[in-house]
Amino acid sequence: MAHDTAHAMHPPTATGLDTRKLAIWTFIGSECLFFATLISNYLVYKGKSLVGPLPHETSQCLLHGQMTTCEPIFEIPLVTFGTAVLLFSSFFVVLALNGAQRGNRKQLIGWLSATVVCGLFFIGMQVYEFRHFYHKGLGYTTNLFGSSFYTLTGFHGTHVTIGVIWLATVLVLAIRGKIPAEKSLNLEIAALYWHFVDVVWIVIFPVVYLMR
Amino acid sequence: MDAQVATHEHAHPKPALYLKVALILFVMTALEVLAFEVSRRSGAPLHDLVQPLLNQILIILSAAKFALVAMFYMHLKQDSKVFSGLFVFPLIIAAVMISALLLLFAYLRMLHPTA
Repeated sequence: MAHDTAHAMHPPTATGLDTRKLAIWTFIGSECLFFATLISNYLVYKGKSLVGPLPHETSQCLLHGQMTTCEPIFEIPLVTFGTAVLLFSSFFVVLALNGAQRGNRKQLIGWLSATVVCGLFFIGMQVYEFRHFYHKGLGYTTNLFGSSFYTLTGFHGTHVTIGVIWLATVLVLAIRGKIPAEKSLNLEIAALYWHFVDVVWIVIFPVVYLMR
Repeated sequence: MDAQVATHEHAHPKPALYLKVALILFVMTALEVLAFEVSRRSGAPLHDLVQPLLNQILIILSAAKFALVAMFYMHLKQDSKVFSGLFVFPLIIAAVMISALLLLFAYLRMLHPTA
């Protein structure tokens, strides 16, 4: 019933659709093209690096001014765990939205908090990974792999950070009781952005970490 | 007009369905990593079958996961087709762009193998 009320509160528009939802979908559409350019960039330069460190192969790399043998740089178990956390955060945010639409404040706050924690974990995982790679000799300008990898995953991480800030803002509003059922669209729009960040990672994870 | 709004946007799925989707996504991610591990260990069972097909397996699993999140978590299955259009049309352009660039660079590499 609260859900029906939420939709009945939408202002009349020429399309019969809420303009805020139309705007976020248009934005998400444009973001698809943005990430497509970054993924193309990564794929085009894949396997073109002249020196290491490399993702899956042992290579010769320049470390502390000396050429040395570098081990493959990726740590698949850590990234797999981060991927699972991000996937489950999408599940948590739909449960939070479900709570918001039914006017269940406890469900909204609980699941939204879990989503924010998952997002923070993912950012932490990425910061750890970047630091770890840097200490293993992979800087932004070390080779083509480093440049394209940091650009792609860095932009995704920035999007995750923006998503966490957005969801945390909605969480604070929910704690203050400012997200009643009729305002659940505020969370739905933030959740759409969060799901988009998730689907981008669904593509990045196999393309960058698993494909040969 | 409110009635028109109501016809475009339908009730979202129940939490039980969301849980099923989450579990399927989790299993698919595990399958992706399993395929990767099998492909890189020469003694692993099914290695000879999985290794040459690894990229295709990953693309199929990734596309299925993408579709599940878009349909059920982003509610494209229930919401207006306008939203689906706004999402799918750029996705098609993106897929064409990635394919075109890969083909172009592969062609250039064929013409200038040492470049």
